[in-house]
Amino acid sequence: MRKIKHGKMSGGCSDACCLKLEGLNVRLEGEEILEDVSFHLHCGEIAALIGPNGAGKSTLFRSILGQLPYGGNITFSPAGGPAIRLADGTVTGGSRPLIGYVPQSPSFDRGDPVSVLDFFTAATARWPVWLPIPKKYRERCRSSLERVHGEDLLDRAMGALSGGQLQRVLLALALEPVPHILILDEPLSGVDIEGEHQLLEMLDELRTKYDLSILLSTHDFATLEQFADKVLLLNKKILKSGPPEEVLSSPEFYETFHLRVGKGGEH
Amino acid sequence: MELWYSFVELLPFDWAQSGGMYFMKNALLAVLVISPLFGILSTMVVHSRMSFFSDALGHSAFTGMAIGAICGFNEPTWAAVAFAVVFALLFNWVRRRSALASDTVIGVFSSTAVALGIFISTLGGRSFTKFNALLIGDILSVEPAKIGLLAGILVLIIVLWAVSFNQLMLSAVHPALADSRGVKVFWQETIFSVAIAVVVTVSMTWVGLMVINALIVLPAAAARNIAKNMTQYHLFSLLGAAIAGIAGLMTSYYIDSSAGAAITLYLAVWFMITFLFRKKG
Repeated sequence: MRKIKHGKMSGGCSDACCLKLEGLNVRLEGEEILEDVSFHLHCGEIAALIGPNGAGKSTLFRSILGQLPYGGNITFSPAGGPAIRLADGTVTGGSRPLIGYVPQSPSFDRGDPVSVLDFFTAATARWPVWLPIPKKYRERCRSSLERVHGEDLLDRAMGALSGGQLQRVLLALALEPVPHILILDEPLSGVDIEGEHQLLEMLDELRTKYDLSILLSTHDFATLEQFADKVLLLNKKILKSGPPEEVLSSPEFYETFHLRVGKGGEH
Repeated sequence: MELWYSFVELLPFDWAQSGGMYFMKNALLAVLVISPLFGILSTMVVHSRMSFFSDALGHSAFTGMAIGAICGFNEPTWAAVAFAVVFALLFNWVRRRSALASDTVIGVFSSTAVALGIFISTLGGRSFTKFNALLIGDILSVEPAKIGLLAGILVLIIVLWAVSFNQLMLSAVHPALADSRGVKVFWQETIFSVAIAVVVTVSMTWVGLMVINALIVLPAAAARNIAKNMTQYHLFSLLGAAIAGIAGLMTSYYIDSSAGAAITLYLAVWFMITFLFRKKG
């Protein structure tokens, strides 16, 4: 599945857009959640974040999204452009990157009277969705859903979608407008094998088509080698990072997940 | 009001004849304003699982009335509104900072408010009975000026809904997602709680503390049984509230009972009907 290696990042990354985390520290209520986290993420690249529950994966995402106070630096430089600090948006010629965010399992009851169209319009337009929704927004929603091959979901209730369908709708929303960076929090949990395959194909298609950086967290180690360019093993700190095969065979990986050396694969 | 009276006189009811029974005509108009108010608010209260919260607000409103009364205000309603707003803000603040579940925090606030209300209203051996009216409510006592006030609040709520509903809905579904799309979740929640506080408190005198929460919960609960999208949800909620409101008022007039209770019972019937025709899947 891995087709492109964007721009051959030999040496620096000035030739491609790049999200840089440098010495990220997050403390919540006196407890250190993240400690000295540093990594780069280039466009067209898919990085997978793995780690046990409570390792700080969601916290890391929320820091990038600017929803938590943090120490250290998170910057984004567009291809060939100057770096932009995400915390305060200090810009030297450019604008803040758009970040698309696919959250982990939003709460919809089965009976929730929220259709996909309602949800989508509420998030992307000013038109109050309790009024009948005009054609214009309907069409816009439909073409957004086409990106994730979900145009038939338009009038379905959010609560009645399968795990894979819900992830696709959320993905379509995160792509409206098309962001520079796409963050997905455990997109594969609650998704069946077929849905998983479909979703991963779609991510691969998206990064090629829109040249965006994708950062996702997952517990599904079996598929990592198929789609990830880079794996980051996180447990408060980055314990190991590199290509999937390298991280998955490292002593740090075995130790973190309490596996005996020599037995890899699914956790 | 004259316009309204001459309109009502066209209706084929004995109380609708010209030159009398103004309290009933006022009450009908009040019901026509109050029920959409609750029909609208209801949708979001139920959607964001805040029915306990609105219940607690009703209790705090009672405490506010007690405080207002002891301070000798002519209009304890305003003291109650102020108290309920403070209550709502304080609750929001504590909820964000506490690791406890929402319903637990609500329990703490609600019981404190009730205790404070009873404590103040019985202070120095006062009798509690004068507050009984608040518990039951009396729609027939509504005055034209108050109907104007309620209508003003209704307009404000509609404006709030036009401007803020999308963001409120998104905040209820997933705060972090809403935030990532530029919604100020905390402010949305705060404004919404204040809106509930104001509506509950102002209408309590006429609806009654005991049934006010039923009016907030039932319209949307019934609508959820059958609605497939947000437009239907609002439509059924409004329709249920309005029909139950009018039917309840009529019933209470002809068989002489509390209007608030009668409205609630009609809403319960509406809920049963929608439940029987509930959507599948």
